[in-house]
Amino acid sequence: MTAKKNWTFKMTPVRKVLIGLAAICLVVVGYRLAFGLGNATNLNDQWPWGLWIGFDVLTGVALAGGGYSTALIVHILHRDQFKPIARSAMLTSLLGYLLVMGGLFLDIGQWFNFWRPFVSWGYHSVLFEVFWCVSLYTLIQVLEFSEIATEKIMKPWHCKIKKLMPVLLIIGVLLPTLHQSSLGGLYLIEVGKLHPLWWSMLLPPFFLMSSFFVGPAMISVETSLAGKAYNHQVPLSVMRGLIKISGTMMLIYLALKIGDLIYRDAFKWVFSGTLEGNMFLLEIVAGVIIPIIICFSSLSSTRKGLVTFGALTVFGVILNRMNVVFTGMSKSLGGNYFPSMMEWVVSIGLVSIGVLAYMFIVENFGILEKHHDHQVLTN
Amino acid sequence: MSKAVLVDISKCIGCKGCQVACKQWNDLPAAKTSFSNDLGNPSDGSGYTWTHVRFRTVENGDEVKYRFAKHQCFHCLEPACVSACFARALQKSPEGPVVYYPHLCVGCRYCMLACPFSVPKYEWEKTFPLISKCQFCFDPDGKYDRMRHGMKPACVSTCPTGALQYGERGELLVQAWNKINSNTKYVKHVYGEKEAGGTSWLYISDVPFETFGFRTDVTTRPLPEYTESYMRMTPVVALSWGALLTGMFLYTKRRNEIAREQHDQKPGL
Ligand code: SF4
Ligand code: SF4
Repeated sequence: MTAKKNWTFKMTPVRKVLIGLAAICLVVVGYRLAFGLGNATNLNDQWPWGLWIGFDVLTGVALAGGGYSTALIVHILHRDQFKPIARSAMLTSLLGYLLVMGGLFLDIGQWFNFWRPFVSWGYHSVLFEVFWCVSLYTLIQVLEFSEIATEKIMKPWHCKIKKLMPVLLIIGVLLPTLHQSSLGGLYLIEVGKLHPLWWSMLLPPFFLMSSFFVGPAMISVETSLAGKAYNHQVPLSVMRGLIKISGTMMLIYLALKIGDLIYRDAFKWVFSGTLEGNMFLLEIVAGVIIPIIICFSSLSSTRKGLVTFGALTVFGVILNRMNVVFTGMSKSLGGNYFPSMMEWVVSIGLVSIGVLAYMFIVENFGILEKHHDHQVLTN
Repeated sequence: MSKAVLVDISKCIGCKGCQVACKQWNDLPAAKTSFSNDLGNPSDGSGYTWTHVRFRTVENGDEVKYRFAKHQCFHCLEPACVSACFARALQKSPEGPVVYYPHLCVGCRYCMLACPFSVPKYEWEKTFPLISKCQFCFDPDGKYDRMRHGMKPACVSTCPTGALQYGERGELLVQAWNKINSNTKYVKHVYGEKEAGGTSWLYISDVPFETFGFRTDVTTRPLPEYTESYMRMTPVVALSWGALLTGMFLYTKRRNEIAREQHDQKPGL
C-alpha cells in the first residue's frame, strides 16, 4: 500500500509537446487578461462570439456529457455491467468542465466581475441557467471526484464522501440535463437570425439528446486511446452495449430532426446546395446516419467499428455546434471572423492541459478498472 | 405610457446634427474618419458612436432620391437584450428607455447576439471593455439625464427639419398613420409598430425600409417570449426529473440487491 503513495508522471516526447503547448497557452492567457479581448482575438461587433465560446464552451460541454450519461446509466439505473468505464468517463467530464470554466472565464470582458450573476439575478436569461448549472455541476463533480481522491489522499474523509455520493450523483445528473439543453436554449433568441436548418423551438432537446449520445462515443474513443496507452481493454461487449444506448438515442434524434424540418417547412434547405445545406448534410450523414448504421450492424462487434462510430459521432456533434455558432449565423451577422493565432493557441493549449491532467490522474489514482481491482485486492 | 420618437425618413436631410449632438451630450469620443461608398461616417455604429446616419441613394427609373436614416437602439417594448442579460446589466425602465448599468456587466456579449437590430456594440480595444448603446438620454445617475428633466433627447432637440419627433408612443403612432394615410408617397408601414413586439423608435419612410438595412423579417412576437416559455419550464422539469432520478436510483438499487440476494441464496437452498 505504501508504494502506491508515490506520485508518478512518465515523461514521453508526446507529453513534452503537450507541456510546451500548455506553456504557450498560459503566456497568451496572461496577455489576453492584461490587454483585453480585442487585442488577443479577432472578435468584432458583428462576431461577438467566436472560437472560445463555440468550441471551448459549447462543444466542450457537449463532449464532457459522457460523465452524466454514464452516471445515469451506471449509478442511477444501476446497470452494473458498465461499471468498468464509469470512473474514466466521469474524470473526462470533470476535466472537460474545468476547461469549459476556463474558456468561459477568458471570454468574458470584465473577468474580475465574473461572480456578478451569482448576486445580480438575470433569472429570465437562459445564460443565467447555463452559468449557475455549469458552475454548480463543476463543483459537484469535484466532490464526486473526491471519492476517488480520498482513496489515496486525505483518507479519513473517504467514508463521509461515500455517504454523500447518492445525493451528489442525483444532482450530478440533474444539473447537466438542465444546462445541456439550455446551451441550445441560448440560441432560441436568435429567431430569424440563425438559419432555419438549425433554429427550432426544439433546439434545447436537440442539444440535450446529442450531448447524451456523444457520451458513449467519447468513451469509445477515449478507452481505445487509453487502452493502447495503459493496456486497459474494456470488454467489447460492454462497449457495444453502451453504444447501442447511444444509437437508439440517435435514431430518435434523427427522426425528430427530420420531422421538425418538415413541420417548419425547412426541409427544402437540406438539398439546396447552399453552404448551409451542405454543412447540414455533412453533419447529419457523417455524424448521425453512418454511426447509426455502424451501431446496428455487425460492424460494431469489432474494436475498429466502435472507434469509427465514436470518432464520427464526436465529429458530428462538434460540427453541429460549430454550425450553430458559425455557419448558421454567418448570413445574418455578415462581416468577417476567423480566429486569431492567439485564439487557436489558447484552445489547443486548454485541450493539452486537459490531456496532461487526465494522464496524471489516471496514473496516480484508481481510475481504470485494473488499478481499481488491484486496490480492492490489496485493501 | 412610455416615451417614443417618430422618425420621418422623407424629412431627413442628412446633416448628422443628431449624431454630433449625441456625442456631445454623452461625452463620447470622436471616431476616426473612414470613407466608404456611402457618405455615412462612420458607416456603422460602434462602442463610441451610439447613433449614426446611414446614407443611401434610391434609383427608381429616372428618379433618383437621396435618403438618410438615423440608426440607434430602438428601445424595444419587450427588449431581447434585457431578457438575454444574465446579470441584469440591461433593464427596461417604466418611462420607456432600455438602460445599461455598466457596473453589473460581465462582458459576455450575449446581448449583442440577442438584439434583433444588432444595436449593442463593444469597446473592443479596451482591456476591460463595456457594452455601449443609446440610452435615450435617460440616466438614473443623473449626469446625462434629459428625459426626467422634461427635455427631449439631444438628437431630437438638434434636428433642424422636424424629422424627429418626441412624444407619447400611442399618440405618435396615431400621427404616423395619419401621415401615411393622407400622403401616397409613404410606404404603408410604421417600422417599429410591431417589429420584435413593438419598439419605442418608430419610422415612416417614402422608400423601402430595406434600403437602410432595416430588417423587415423581424418577428412580431416579442423575442423574450421564445426563451421565457422555455425558462418557465425549468423548475417543473428540474423537480420532476429530480424526483424521477431519485426514484429510479432507489428502485434499481433495491432490484439489484434482491437479485444478488436471490443469487447468493440459491446455492444454499
Ligand atoms: S434595439 Fe436591441 S439593444 Fe435596443 S432595446 Fe431592442 S433589443 Fe435592446
Ligand atoms: S455583455 Fe453585459 S449587458 Fe450584455 S448580456 Fe452580458 S452581462 Fe449583460
